[in-house]
Amino acid sequence: MTSLPTVTGDKRLGLVIDLDTCVGCHACATNCKEWNTSGHSAPLTDVNAYQAEQRGVWFNRVFTYEVGGQGPSARTVHFPKNCLHCEKPDCVTVCPTGASYKRAEDGIVLIDHDKCIGCKLCSWACPYGAREYDEDVGVMKKCTLCIDKIYNKNLPEGDRVPACVATCPSKARHFGDFADPDSKVSQLVRERGGFDLMPETGYRPTSKYLPPRPGNGANGAPKKLEPAPDLAGAGKFLRWVDRVLSR
Amino acid sequence: MHPAYSVILFTTASGAGYGLLALLAVFGAAGVLPANTWLGFVGIGLGVALVVAGLLSSTFHLGRPERAVRAFTQWRSSWLAREGVAAVVAFAPIAIFGIGWVFLNDTSGPFAWAGAATAVMAFVTVCCTAMIYASLKTIRQWNNALTLPAYLVLGLATGAILLVTISALFGVYRPAFATLAVVLLALGLAIKLAYWRQIDTERPRSTLGTATGLDRFGEVRLLEMPHTEENFIMREMGYSVARKHARRLRIVAALTLFVVPLALLALALWSGPSLAIAMGILATLSAGVGVAVERWLFFAEATHASMIYYGRAA
Repeated sequence: MTSLPTVTGDKRLGLVIDLDTCVGCHACATNCKEWNTSGHSAPLTDVNAYQAEQRGVWFNRVFTYEVGGQGPSARTVHFPKNCLHCEKPDCVTVCPTGASYKRAEDGIVLIDHDKCIGCKLCSWACPYGAREYDEDVGVMKKCTLCIDKIYNKNLPEGDRVPACVATCPSKARHFGDFADPDSKVSQLVRERGGFDLMPETGYRPTSKYLPPRPGNGANGAPKKLEPAPDLAGAGKFLRWVDRVLSR
Repeated sequence: MHPAYSVILFTTASGAGYGLLALLAVFGAAGVLPANTWLGFVGIGLGVALVVAGLLSSTFHLGRPERAVRAFTQWRSSWLAREGVAAVVAFAPIAIFGIGWVFLNDTSGPFAWAGAATAVMAFVTVCCTAMIYASLKTIRQWNNALTLPAYLVLGLATGAILLVTISALFGVYRPAFATLAVVLLALGLAIKLAYWRQIDTERPRSTLGTATGLDRFGEVRLLEMPHTEENFIMREMGYSVARKHARRLRIVAALTLFVVPLALLALALWSGPSLAIAMGILATLSAGVGVAVERWLFFAEATHASMIYYGRAA
């Protein structure tokens, strides 16, 4: 049923992504691919994997932006992006087959790959570019919030988090329940001013982003660097003299 | 947006087919057209053939066409499902009206009611087709008030050109048909000119600043893509080949879809029925090219919000 659930359950699961600590290492994207290519959405097909024009299904893609123009206030922000499991997901309601659905119990947006006809309309309806077409299987695929991991009783409790969260080396990704005001993700959003992407579209994403903390404006950095002396043509002895006198 | 040939054929052919069927139904039920077997066979047959060709071609862009029947289930929320249901429902009155006209040579009484239902269902189906596009908030060039009227008027106008040609071939042409086509073409031109003006002057709804939430720090600029090759999103949403020639293609569309057929049919009106066959056929050919270019542009000029993350405007 592609109508949105009228009753909401106890949980609203999602991610908090910290743009302050993300170092842009792409580990989240890689571990996501690793887990999901053999799980609920398997396979995440790659085409031309070892030659030119390679393409394939990834649930997580890491962009890098330059913010604040040039000068001391400029900064580089790494920006991982995946499905935000919106409260008002048009990708679900446009689906003609009932393959797309939003779970009432935890708000996760999923695709039933056995019902999908591969019309791609859901990808047209998503402003975040979170749904991708698997041209080999002929159906759409998307982030499941690692539904086959977070509820997996065969895993130790500490491992029951999405693959992207488990692997992040800079702890820039947090998983939790936004319906619980005392959960870690709810606290992070409150304390750090978590925000929605493209709030003007009205999709009301569940997952939030934390802004980079204010920089120190390059305080303490030397105002001007002295040019290195020209030692071209100097022999070993003169270079030693230069080193001694430079101390 | 990537202009898939199957979707261009689907929307243009089914639009013209429903336009022709609606006009045949109205004029047949009203007794303006005679209930002549061959006229009904060719006219309704062509309308149905265009609709079926369009619907079949729309399944060619599916990844799993063998499951297409599932697409009728979610009419409560999805315009695509509503379009499918409306298209199937429309075949019932079309069949009754067609049987009455072709086999019983009767378009009155209950068959006239079937004709009225045919016109209503043709209208509903084209509305649903247009709403598939007009309801997408991610694409500002589609999500506006002119998309629906454009689909309706272009479907009716191309159907009216076909009606002029067919009625002239069967010797039942009336100047009112050409007048109707001329009025619809003029209306279509006005709508498309207003549409092009709107999408050119409208401000983008989202920017890289709002998309990333980083506008609080100043200007945001893409430094690095997530990958070196094009992904599905970039190929599907980031199509920009025809955009380069958009100005010229708009002129081609305006001339071949509106101006040339309008002039040809005006000539037919001025000269009388003798020229109606030739003018109708020429207008059909010209409008056929024109509506394909118009629909190509409708896709190619559409920019998708997700491409903002890839450093493009939307």
